[in-house]
Amino acid sequence: MSVLVNKDSKIIVQGFTGSEGTFHASQMIEYGTQVVGGVTPGKGGTSHLDRPVFNTVQEGVNATGADVSIIFVPPAFAGDAIMEAADAGIKVIVCITEGIPVKDMVKVKAYIKKRACTLIGPNCPGVITPEEAKVGIMPGFVFKKGRVGIVSKSGTLTYEAADQIVKAGLGVSTAIGIGGDPIIGTPTKEAVELLMNDPETDAIVMIGEIGGNYEALAARWIKENGTKPVVGFIAGQTAPAGRRMGHAGAIVGGKDDTAAAKMKIMAECGIHVVESPAEIGAAMATLLSAKA
Amino acid sequence: MNIHEYQAKAILNKYGVAIQNGIVATTPEEAVEAAKQMHASSGQSWVVVKSQIHAGGRGKGNIVGTEQRGVALAKNLDAVKEISTNILGNVLVTIQTGEKGKKVSKVLVAEDVYYPGASEPKEYYMSVLLDRQTSQNVIIYTTEGGMDIEEVAEHTPEKIHKEWIDPLTGLTGFQARKIAYNLGLSGQANKEMVKFVTALYKAYEETDSAMFEINPVLKTSDDKILAVDAKVDIDDNALYRHADLAELRDESEEDPTEVEAKKSNLNYVKLDGNVGCMVNGAGLAMATMDIIKLSGGEPANFLDVGGTANAQTVEAGFRIILSDPNVKAILVNVFGGIVRCDRVAQGIVDAYNNIGNIPVPIIVRLQGTNAEEGKKLIDDSGLKVFSAIQLKEAADLVKQVLS
Repeated sequence: MSVLVNKDSKIIVQGFTGSEGTFHASQMIEYGTQVVGGVTPGKGGTSHLDRPVFNTVQEGVNATGADVSIIFVPPAFAGDAIMEAADAGIKVIVCITEGIPVKDMVKVKAYIKKRACTLIGPNCPGVITPEEAKVGIMPGFVFKKGRVGIVSKSGTLTYEAADQIVKAGLGVSTAIGIGGDPIIGTPTKEAVELLMNDPETDAIVMIGEIGGNYEALAARWIKENGTKPVVGFIAGQTAPAGRRMGHAGAIVGGKDDTAAAKMKIMAECGIHVVESPAEIGAAMATLLSAKA
Repeated sequence: MNIHEYQAKAILNKYGVAIQNGIVATTPEEAVEAAKQMHASSGQSWVVVKSQIHAGGRGKGNIVGTEQRGVALAKNLDAVKEISTNILGNVLVTIQTGEKGKKVSKVLVAEDVYYPGASEPKEYYMSVLLDRQTSQNVIIYTTEGGMDIEEVAEHTPEKIHKEWIDPLTGLTGFQARKIAYNLGLSGQANKEMVKFVTALYKAYEETDSAMFEINPVLKTSDDKILAVDAKVDIDDNALYRHADLAELRDESEEDPTEVEAKKSNLNYVKLDGNVGCMVNGAGLAMATMDIIKLSGGEPANFLDVGGTANAQTVEAGFRIILSDPNVKAILVNVFGGIVRCDRVAQGIVDAYNNIGNIPVPIIVRLQGTNAEEGKKLIDDSGLKVFSAIQLKEAADLVKQVLS
């Protein structure tokens, strides 16, 4: 098992021939991910990175049996690309693109709700199941196989957490970068739920940041349904109110948006909350050794 | 992107939302002229002079060192001149501006809409914004207008109504009517409110906004429904398809260093602390600020250099951080994934040499691809730079240089 992606996942790359798509698709192939082709409208019938290029996602699915897509399409067209993938029957859609207008994502969310697919992102580093499939832009070597799942809104903070987990003598089952936008396909709770139900995951690292209530919803769900230990961290304890900190969704609008408020709820719900991002790995090692 | 009240009202007006009319002035003379025009068009002898800054609480805020409020009623032209002279070119401090306040360079001379008539004027509150949890837009409204909505939510949550909008239908007729009835309006005022909310939602949708807050919405004594104030936040990510709205940006409202940073494609937010930081990735940047605090310092900024931490971006970043005289140390935190740490390290050494003498200690934490090579490059450079690989080591170094 593992969640979302594994060695049998067949991946199609939307925005395949662009510079980002080309670079990261090559990295994914090098990692051993089964990239079966790509989509660039107008370039169908050609070949890129020794793989076929299609004009539409549907053609790609029909020809290759792809069930996962990764999107490197520019923000103005990315919402459309997500809907195209959903319409073509893709099961897991990973959207890397940063900067999609919120209005587009409101439509996209309503559209995909009626289809049997899972959207990860947008504005995310992607998903990796170490030694099986890397569907994203993360540095693969950091993620060694193991039994700790990671859910995170942030890219480099995911790598940081994975690195600490590995250095603590543990490893990663699947890391899910859910994205830092106000609207994302798979919020914290849904991602945590996937890992709670995964027999190959023993514990979970949950990394959030200021803005929104996804972490609070996840914490309350964990309190009711959690069966595995969770280490949590919230970035932005020192962020001032009303200022957007890089991510479109990272802004303290009300008192529930603050890191302190989220950390309090998480702690009350039984999550082991660390104050410093430098302690994620050590905290997880302590938790797991106490359990064993 | 935040815009001024007068700009927001112009947008509302364009979409058919009734507003409290007004004219912008940049000098007391212009303000007096504006008041004359308002007298002529509204038939009212009073006007309201409203400071135009990107912050709320103007009516209760004072111009620094005076008793002058940021929003004031003027009952004659002499008062218009006096109030606008007191305000223009001076600094207004409100609950939202912080102690430093904001310089006011424009006032809106607006008609007095609280005139007496057949019925009492009544204030309401209405906002349109994204509800992240449902991924839908929501209209929030209450009869408790003119107050801070967070306070209403805390003390009388039952008085706050919410109407979620299905993206497939937009705001429907029955929803607009429901809102008007829930606000207790009948007769002509009810019809006016239906029109008001319908036009308001259309304006929100078509301008790709992230938030519209109208507080207060006023029912006048002759049953008109007007937007007396307007706070509008437009989705930055959608500005590429609204060239006209992008022009409304007022850079004088932003920190000059932040404007400068934007030109170098750096995502920088100025803060008040003493330790600067430069990081790749927004989440790690926030986490690095937290580390600084936990190590006994206060973050002087947020700075995300993104995926390409090369010599140019690093140099631009150093220069921006160093322009803040409060900075006593700088922490560079890069997790090299696709970016190689030795390249970043070389960039740091080159940037350091280009700038010449950097007066504060620099701590460089490089982790990820080629971290050891990066650390060696820094250590061998002979520069006043401390290097670290583990995040914990970096935190300890911050502690050390601050003590």
